[in-house]
Amino acid sequence: MRGSVIVLAAAGILLPAVAGPVTAVERFPRPDFETAYEMPATQAPLPRGAAWDWIDVVLMVVALAVASYFGLRRRSRLGLLLLSVACVLYFGFWRHGCVCPVGAVQNVAMGLFGQGYAVPLTVIFLFLLPLLFALLFGRVFCAAVCPLGAVQDLVVWKPIRLPVWLTGVLGSIPVVFLGLGVLAATAGAGFLICRLDPFVGFFRLGASMPMMVFGVALLALGVVVARPYCRFLCPYGVLLGWLSRLAKWHVTITPTECINCRLCEDACPFGAIRVPTPQATETRRVGVRRLTLLLGLLPVFVVGGGWVVSRMYIPMSRLHPVVLQAERVLGEDLGLVEGTTLESDVFRRSGVPESDLYAEALAVRRRFRNGSWIFGSFLGLVIGVRLIEFSVRRKREFHTIDRESCLSCGRCFLACPKERELREGMKAAG
Amino acid sequence: MKQRTDPVERRDFLRRGLRGIMAAALGAAGLTGMARARKKEWRWQLDPEKCRQCGRCATACVLSPSAVKCVHAYALCGYCDLCGGYHQPYVKDVDSAAENQLCPTSAIRRTFVEDPYYEYTIDQDLCIGCGVCVKGCASFGNGSLFLQVMHDRCVNCNECAIARVCPAQAFRRVPAEQPYLLKG
Repeated sequence: MRGSVIVLAAAGILLPAVAGPVTAVERFPRPDFETAYEMPATQAPLPRGAAWDWIDVVLMVVALAVASYFGLRRRSRLGLLLLSVACVLYFGFWRHGCVCPVGAVQNVAMGLFGQGYAVPLTVIFLFLLPLLFALLFGRVFCAAVCPLGAVQDLVVWKPIRLPVWLTGVLGSIPVVFLGLGVLAATAGAGFLICRLDPFVGFFRLGASMPMMVFGVALLALGVVVARPYCRFLCPYGVLLGWLSRLAKWHVTITPTECINCRLCEDACPFGAIRVPTPQATETRRVGVRRLTLLLGLLPVFVVGGGWVVSRMYIPMSRLHPVVLQAERVLGEDLGLVEGTTLESDVFRRSGVPESDLYAEALAVRRRFRNGSWIFGSFLGLVIGVRLIEFSVRRKREFHTIDRESCLSCGRCFLACPKERELREGMKAAG
Repeated sequence: MKQRTDPVERRDFLRRGLRGIMAAALGAAGLTGMARARKKEWRWQLDPEKCRQCGRCATACVLSPSAVKCVHAYALCGYCDLCGGYHQPYVKDVDSAAENQLCPTSAIRRTFVEDPYYEYTIDQDLCIGCGVCVKGCASFGNGSLFLQVMHDRCVNCNECAIARVCPAQAFRRVPAEQPYLLKG
């Protein structure tokens, strides 16, 4: 018996020398057990139940409601602060910050326009709930619930005021990120927003070096430039900002009325407080002419944006691993690149014909080409509308909040003397 | 007086209208999503037929050690004395000595069943998911050892870090009720 095994072994040892496809081949016969041997089962432990995900949804609703209460009704910065600590601990460190509403944009996009992916119900709720609350109460999710935001909020110490033009330019990055993330997700290239999540490594207590560096850098920056990810990177914030502008109720600086004492002007670390405008500096005619021009240019922006971005569909398609692999294999075949990579090696050993790989890569490229037109048009539209907004000089009599960029953190409350008056009054009343 | 209030009323009307539209849009998106969702939860899993045992499962996972481990399809195993997944190639003595083992963490336990059969079991607490034994078993064996994502460890990241770097694109999402792609 032993001898035959050795002979088979000798034959089998020669086989690995031939680099054939490495899949299951039944080289050795099944054993014929004479004793009462019981074959163990293959280990396959079951995952955590879905019930836990529903608990997260419920807790999300509770946290959003509590944030709305503290921000709008109680007007308590302390309450919001405590809530943000609690949310960092639960949604961040306990739940590892994943799946989160920020990333859920991609899941929903993939579910709507991707192939064969049905978004889990819990993820749909996580995506919609902060948006719904934003439509009603403003960006209360950002105020104290989002663990990414809360972590940054807790390190704000000496925030500097950025010039308006810079905030405007940097504020376009989240829109690009949103479009690119949705494009990558729908084209099957994976979740770009998740890859660039700076804090998930901290929450998981384990991250790659680049991830760790990115997170630490953002937190360090966050000490002087308040909430850099939220203001200049977060793709979900784009949606929250738009809905917050339509909000039925919203935090206000003053609990009663604004007396233009100007004490709140430096209270907002995010630059979301709008000061009263001086008297009109231009005639109505000039303003109308400019507005008409910009409105007329809007379709140009949309089509132009679509055209410009679509020119870049080939480099963007390299987000997809199949495209990279196909390019590498083709490059090697044509002698354009030296040596091989693990990806090209594995492909050649798999026995799949090259034409299949190229066909798949071309299909992915086509998805990117169509998607990049949509992405570019969307970008053009947003830029065009922004320009229109900048050009419309709206008269402001009092100090008001810019609802799109206000994160409802409540720091401005105590800056307002009317608020202080109210609190003194409440304290005196007992 | 009328000139002053008109723009404000118009703006307020627009705002209320847009709010209603957005609320309806969110509701529609939610309902559409729910209609398609069918209570499906997903988990990541790797297809052992596509896997080429490159070793990235051990290093790319966000967890340390990796959530990917080797499992054994006993029904496919030949129970050989000289095991392609257990023993180094060209071993002089076919025994359980450490220097003769392929596994870098000695996670495979070799127990005698009856002549000439030996049972090979994997201690998952020691396994790091490097796939060396899988490669050995596939080259010189029945391919009964293979890698799988273990769901008592996997945190189910929205974007699996291993899936992203797998050269064979062997990772895909599977329903949570059937989270394994077992051989045999």
